[in-house]
Amino acid sequence: MNTSSQLIEALLAEHRPMLFRFALLQLKDNELADDAVQETLLAAWQASASFQGTAGLRTWLIGILKHKIADHWRRSSREVTAAVFDQIDNDADEVDEDDFFISNGHWNGGPSTWNDPEAALKQLEFWAIYEICQNNLPPKMARVFMLRELVGLDAEEVCRETGLSDANYWVTMHRARLRLRECLEIRWFNQPKTQKDNKHA
Amino acid sequence: MRSCRDITALVSQGLDKQLSLGERLAIGVHVMMCPRCRNFQSQTQFIRKAAHRYTEQLQNSLDKKS
Repeated sequence: MNTSSQLIEALLAEHRPMLFRFALLQLKDNELADDAVQETLLAAWQASASFQGTAGLRTWLIGILKHKIADHWRRSSREVTAAVFDQIDNDADEVDEDDFFISNGHWNGGPSTWNDPEAALKQLEFWAIYEICQNNLPPKMARVFMLRELVGLDAEEVCRETGLSDANYWVTMHRARLRLRECLEIRWFNQPKTQKDNKHA
Repeated sequence: MRSCRDITALVSQGLDKQLSLGERLAIGVHVMMCPRCRNFQSQTQFIRKAAHRYTEQLQNSLDKKS
């Protein structure tokens, strides 16, 4: 092993803990997460000639890891992952959606106008609220949402990995968005403005 | 005219697949007249943006800790 490959190895090792925690968020299993990270680092090391400098290294590694995690979901048997998703409680969810609409299909309350959502993205406190709202989703719904929006699988892939039917996917994602939207509205956008201004100051 | 319940379901689907021309027209006509569904439309787009940004933030914060 020459000096440059040792340097690359050291650079990759530096990102290992971050990659592991990212994988853990998705896989919820230490061993699986560790495997995914090892595969990622190996793939990165083998392809190390293809990245220049260290500026984009983290992004590049995360990209590889996302593929490894997606690979895992593609590989893992239906029995393992589908079992959880098959039990999605439709009755409980039906009640849930009725909270958002009245019987003729009109909003029950419904979305108010948000003041400058772009500004929220720049505030640290907003992200704490976002995390709370995302974690407040029922676990299976949260996982579908995260596969789609955080990992970046497309709808078809999410269905394949979770064993959800097409119809169930649309319903689940829609409910996730309804819930998340309402949570953000209540906990952030409808909070008295002064409170946020004070925090910001 | 479709109800808000139906329109928002379509809006959600539109974030994950290509809708038909008829569906997109139905949404367009509805949100022109319905501020709440219009808010839902822009806010779900915002949520997508936030989710992507959240992933970036997570990477940053974990990286700092590591």
